[in-house]
Amino acid sequence: MADLYPIQVTVNGERRQCSVQPRTHLVDFLREDLGLKGSHLGCEHGVCGACTVELNGHIVRGCLTLAVQADGGEVQTIEGVSRSGVIRDLQEAFVRRNALQCGFCTSGMLMAAKELVETQPQATRAEVREWISGNYCRCTGYHAIVDAICEVLQQRQEAKA
Amino acid sequence: MKRDILNLEPGVEQPRPLTPVTEDPRYIGATVPRGGIERLTQGLGQYVDDIELPRMAHVAFWRSPVAHMRIKKIHADEARGMRGVLMVADGHDIAKVCKPWVAVLGHLAGMKSAPQYPLAVERACWQGEPVVAVVAETRAQAEDALALITVDWEELPAATEMSTALDATTPLIHPELGDNLCFTRSLDVGEVDRVFAEADEVAEIDFEFGRHTGVTLEPRAQIAHWNPAEQRLTVYHSFQAPHMMQDLYGRQFDLPANAIRVVCKDVGGSFGIKVHAYPDDFATVALSIMLGRPVKFVADRLESFTSDIHARHHEVKARIAVNRDGEILGFDMVDLTGIGPYSMFPRTSAIEGNQVVNLVGGPYKHKHYRAKLNVVFQNKTPTCQYRGVGHPIACAVTEALVDLAAQKIGMDPLTIRELNVIPDDAYPTAGASGIKLEILSHQASLKKLRELMNYDALRAEQAALRKQGIYRGIGFATVIELTNPSAAFYGVGGARIASQDGATMRLDPEGDITVLAGVGEQGQGTEGIYRQIAADAVGVDIQKVRIVTGDTDVTPYGGGTWASRGAGVGGEAVLLAGQALRENIVKVAAVILKREGSGLAVRRGRIVDAATGEELLPLAELGRIAYFRSDTLPADFTPELMVTRHYAQRDYPFIFTNGVQASYVEVDPDTGFVKLLKHWAVEDCGRVLNPMLVDEQMRGAIVQGIGGALFEECLYDDQGLMVNASMADYLVPMSSEMPDIEVAHVQTPTASSKLGAKGAGEAGTAGAPAAVMNAVNDAIAPFSAHVFSQPITPQKVLRALGKVR
Repeated sequence: MADLYPIQVTVNGERRQCSVQPRTHLVDFLREDLGLKGSHLGCEHGVCGACTVELNGHIVRGCLTLAVQADGGEVQTIEGVSRSGVIRDLQEAFVRRNALQCGFCTSGMLMAAKELVETQPQATRAEVREWISGNYCRCTGYHAIVDAICEVLQQRQEAKA
Repeated sequence: MKRDILNLEPGVEQPRPLTPVTEDPRYIGATVPRGGIERLTQGLGQYVDDIELPRMAHVAFWRSPVAHMRIKKIHADEARGMRGVLMVADGHDIAKVCKPWVAVLGHLAGMKSAPQYPLAVERACWQGEPVVAVVAETRAQAEDALALITVDWEELPAATEMSTALDATTPLIHPELGDNLCFTRSLDVGEVDRVFAEADEVAEIDFEFGRHTGVTLEPRAQIAHWNPAEQRLTVYHSFQAPHMMQDLYGRQFDLPANAIRVVCKDVGGSFGIKVHAYPDDFATVALSIMLGRPVKFVADRLESFTSDIHARHHEVKARIAVNRDGEILGFDMVDLTGIGPYSMFPRTSAIEGNQVVNLVGGPYKHKHYRAKLNVVFQNKTPTCQYRGVGHPIACAVTEALVDLAAQKIGMDPLTIRELNVIPDDAYPTAGASGIKLEILSHQASLKKLRELMNYDALRAEQAALRKQGIYRGIGFATVIELTNPSAAFYGVGGARIASQDGATMRLDPEGDITVLAGVGEQGQGTEGIYRQIAADAVGVDIQKVRIVTGDTDVTPYGGGTWASRGAGVGGEAVLLAGQALRENIVKVAAVILKREGSGLAVRRGRIVDAATGEELLPLAELGRIAYFRSDTLPADFTPELMVTRHYAQRDYPFIFTNGVQASYVEVDPDTGFVKLLKHWAVEDCGRVLNPMLVDEQMRGAIVQGIGGALFEECLYDDQGLMVNASMADYLVPMSSEMPDIEVAHVQTPTASSKLGAKGAGEAGTAGAPAAVMNAVNDAIAPFSAHVFSQPITPQKVLRALGKVR
């Protein structure tokens, strides 16, 4: 058994000092050590996107990132961005348009959508479809998710104007 | 943009509004967002893997690495010595607490299968069959110990190909069964030989349908918790049918059913994958009983691919007879399907093929039909019911034949369908296979689709683009789907799966309504529509209604979620309970107000004068008096503010729905790539309870169907090893590849219930593969090419075009 390695991570604004095995994935650290169950494990090999979280301002696969890689960094999870309210419009649009069914992909989908609406405010419908292709949804067929994200893009544009 | 369901596209005829089922309809039929799903958008749902219990252990399974082997010796001492390891168990150990099962149904005559154990005993019969269980204090420890397990095995000859499964030279998977045949069925209706001999044209096709699986994003998961002091088993389960599992655990472990509680809360996708009793599920329960502590099993994605059920592996040879005037005379079909080494418990693996026989030709009015089905064993992952169950196969066979027939006689594909569907005024009737059809709306649906997709303009665009070397195609699929099943599906065959379902409804003191329902939630919006129904049935604001599902300790006994029964069967129980509760509320109000009950009504949370609408008593005041001031009520009167009602659909074996889909695609003849441009669906699920939720069921189901048509396949080598068992290699639809999907509704309520709702969850999957396949074939028709092998990969398209071998 490998030794434990001390790390210091700011998770959702809270500074956490923990010891983890070097092999521990970031998402396992978040779920098991910190009890943040909102990030989900769908494949554990970097394909489905259900474990998408933000590390130092960019979305990453929580199952392809080691907890030790987050040492000294800043992590935002669905729980954090829900509390801060920065994606309330996306969350409301998802509910309004039923852009989730079972909800298992939703945390990752929203984290991916957050980065899109923040970095590409002019994204077209095709670009939205392209962007969220890294996040699998088996329930909705994607149409409603694309509708919801497009609606928020438009709302934010209008709010800016 | 959302549409009102009664106001479709310009030019589309306005249907008459349906008669409301309740006095003050506000929610049934309206687009109401699902309440309570904010927890899922905020990461605060609770899936099974999110639950942690004190002293909870974790199990990992050593699974057979080959398709067929004899287990000689298991070396586990080193694993047992690992830190944190609590138990290592093999098939013999588990068999001491859990009985084997044989998954057959009495009404599928002659069906056979072999006894199956939670962990393989002596032999393992597919790659992925669980053989050894390792339980440890953490999942990581269990997986570390797994690496130290050594199994001596002798590889046995494997029967992998279904086409040779019945050959004399093929090894028998279960010698005691005498052959590799699980089930066979023949049907011969009318004069098939004569009409095929006399027909103007006969079109014949050999079809292949690739094995695929459901890929629920949340893998199968459970926590089994045997409490030795209480002698009670609690299973937290990601599952569709909690009462079914309660019954099965009782039978397999010799426990009274009332000592078992199955709890199903948030479920991360199910689609039929999570309605079967898996061997590793029983093993997990057995380990908890043996250890006297909670044991969690969560499949990882790699084991999901070889242990979740697969489906849809069929080879079909079929033909259609048609006259030059477009009349379809008959269908003739031979279906071969391979189901793995065991029929799956308890629904069996013969149902899918049986449905193909029942459903081929289903929308049409021909009288001549012959079908032959062979269901064979093979050393691959077991197959069983997955969303649509047989429908995607039957629909693709039927609709491709109809298109080819139309092509042969030079008729438009939409026109031939309009000519041959069973007319809307012909019901009730029966299809050629004998299926009983209560009431369908093929003609109205085809008419609506024609306008919805602006068919003539689309054909003109297609023709214009062809001149520029752009190959687009339009494909149709006329669909029937069985929903609202009666006991004819499983109960009559001896499977203890409830076809009835129930709802308990309570008026709480503050005027709130609590509903306990037997059908649970997997994301379809079941709880959402139950809130709508309950609010309208009682006469309260929807915010006052709370739904509780997924707990065998508290909900009425029911079948759960399968065969599109949640709205039509579970919803009817909620309606009946709500109306009964309303009657009881009025009785209490009559006593309190000293008025005749017949002059009172419940509206929007208040007792009102039925004639004038005058407000007489808020429900919160009625609740206060009923619960806390019984001293003020007459001695001979007791309020009954909690009622239970059950419903079983008994008028027909199934209530069929119908619909029609169209797909518009572009095929690149140089690369074989298929681009999906647009998809349309007109569906008739009877009374639409929530148009948005029906739209979303259709869209999600269509995309799952598209997955099977274009991408998804469990690929095996000739040794019976799955070669693409990872999410990276097994392709599922991604958003960038999927089209926008437009959905419209025709509403033909069933008369078998007050609510009139039929199911809506599977029709999309039933029709999409046919529509897409027909569209691809329409696109490459100028090259006189066809593809009838799903998934339709670029390679197969290029092969059809003669560009690769």
